[in-house]
Amino acid sequence: MEKHTISPRSAFQLELEKLRNSLVAMGTLVEEAMSAAVRSLAERDLNLARRVAAGDDEIDRRQQEIEEYAWKLLALQQPMAGDLRTIGTALKIVTDLERMADHAVDIAKVTIRLADEPLIKPLVDIPRMAEIAQQMTREALTAYIHRDAEIAAHLEDTDHRVDELYNQVFRELLVLMMADPKCINQATQLLMVALYLERVADHATNIGEWVIYMISGERRDLNV
Amino acid sequence: MNAIEVKKLNLYYSQLHALKDVHLECPARQVAALIGPSGCGKSTLLKSINRMNDLIDGCRVEGSVLVNGEDVYIPGYDVVELRKRVGMVFQKPAPFPMSIFDNVAYGPRLHGKYSRLELKELVEKALRDVALWDEVKDRLTKSALGLSGGQQQRLVIARVLAVKPEVILMDEPASALDPIATGRLEELIIELKKDYTIVIVTHNLQQAARISDQTSFVLHGEVVETGPTGAIFTRPRDSRTEAYITGRFG
Repeated sequence: MEKHTISPRSAFQLELEKLRNSLVAMGTLVEEAMSAAVRSLAERDLNLARRVAAGDDEIDRRQQEIEEYAWKLLALQQPMAGDLRTIGTALKIVTDLERMADHAVDIAKVTIRLADEPLIKPLVDIPRMAEIAQQMTREALTAYIHRDAEIAAHLEDTDHRVDELYNQVFRELLVLMMADPKCINQATQLLMVALYLERVADHATNIGEWVIYMISGERRDLNV
Repeated sequence: MNAIEVKKLNLYYSQLHALKDVHLECPARQVAALIGPSGCGKSTLLKSINRMNDLIDGCRVEGSVLVNGEDVYIPGYDVVELRKRVGMVFQKPAPFPMSIFDNVAYGPRLHGKYSRLELKELVEKALRDVALWDEVKDRLTKSALGLSGGQQQRLVIARVLAVKPEVILMDEPASALDPIATGRLEELIIELKKDYTIVIVTHNLQQAARISDQTSFVLHGEVVETGPTGAIFTRPRDSRTEAYITGRFG
C-alpha cells in the first residue's frame, strides 16, 4: 500500500474515539446505578434509592447527547463499513443502556415502596442475579471498548444463568404467596425486581450482539 | 446473465503492468461501479471494455473481455461496431460544435440509414430518455455548446443512446457537475439501467453507494473485491477495501 505522510481522516478518528468514550462513561453510570439500586433494596437504604431515581435524568441527558453526536457524525462524515457499523452500534447500544438505567430506577422504587415493611425472607437469589447482571453489563462494555467478540459471545452463557435464577426466584415466591396471601404484595414487588434484572441481562446480551456486528458485520442471536 | 465478463485480463502500457489478472462480471441491466484511488487502473479497466486503450501507443492486452458473450479482443474484431455496442460518457461533456439535433443524430447518421422522419423520432426519443427534451425542444437547431454543463452531459448520453448500445461506460460523469445536475444525472442512470448495462468509474463513494448495484474495488491494477454495493459499503471482506472506503488509506 502507498505511504502517505498525513493520515487521512484523523480528525474523524478522534470524533469516533470521543463517541466511544461518551458511551463508556454513560455505561459506567448505568452500572453504578444498577449496583446502587440493588444495594438499596438489600440494605433497605431509602436515601440511596432516592439518589438512584434522581440520577436517571443525567443518564437520559447523556443518551440524548450521544444520539445527537452520532447523528451528526452520520450526516457530516458519511461513514462507511467499519466506521458506519461503529456509529450504528453506538445508536443501538445507547438505547439498551438507557433501558438498563430505567430498570435500576424501577428497582429503587421497589425499595421505596417496601420501606415500611420487613422483608418476607432474606434476599438470596436476587442479589446473586444482580451480581451476574452487573457483571454482564461490565463485560458488555469491556467487549465494546476492546472490540472483543469472544467476551461478547460469552454473554450468551451468562444470560442462561440469569434466566435459571429468575425461574428459581419465581417458583420460590410463588410458593410463599400460596402459603401466605399476606405476602402477595411484597412477593409481587420482588418478582418484578427479578424480572427487571432478567431484562437488564438481556440488554447486556443485546449489547454483545451489536459488538459482534460492529467487529465483524455478522449478526448473531445471543438471546436464545 | 452477465452483460460483461472480463477474464484474466492483463494490460501493459509499454513496461507498465496496468491491469493484473483482472476478473470482473457485470450482470445485465445493472449499474456496476469501479472505485479505487487515482492511478489504480479503474479507468483503464473501463476503457478495456470498448477497446479505447487500443488508441494508446505501446498498449498490449492479454486475456479476454466478453460483451454479451462475444469476445471483443479476437483478431479482426470490428472496433467501430464495438464502440456502437458499448457507448462511453466522459468526465467532461464534449458535445460536438454543431446543433443539439445534429449532436444526437451524429451516431445514427454514421451507423445506419434513416429517413428524416425516423431520425427526428430517434433524436426525440433519445432526448426524452435523458429528460432533456422539454428543455431543448424549442432550440434543437441551436449550438449544443450553449447548454449548461449538466445539460451537455445529458446530451452526450442521448448521443450514446441514439445508436442503441448494449452497454454504457461512464468515466466520472458527474465530477464536473454541480449537486443539482449530479442528482439529475444519478436519477437518469438509475432510470437507464432498466434498458442498459452501465459501468461507472467514480471517485465519489457516496455516488457509487447511491446508484450502483455492484461495486468493485480496484487497487494497483487488481480487482481486490467485487460484491453487492450494500455489502461492500457496510461490511467489505478485504481489509484494503475497508481502509479505502473509510478513508484510512496509507
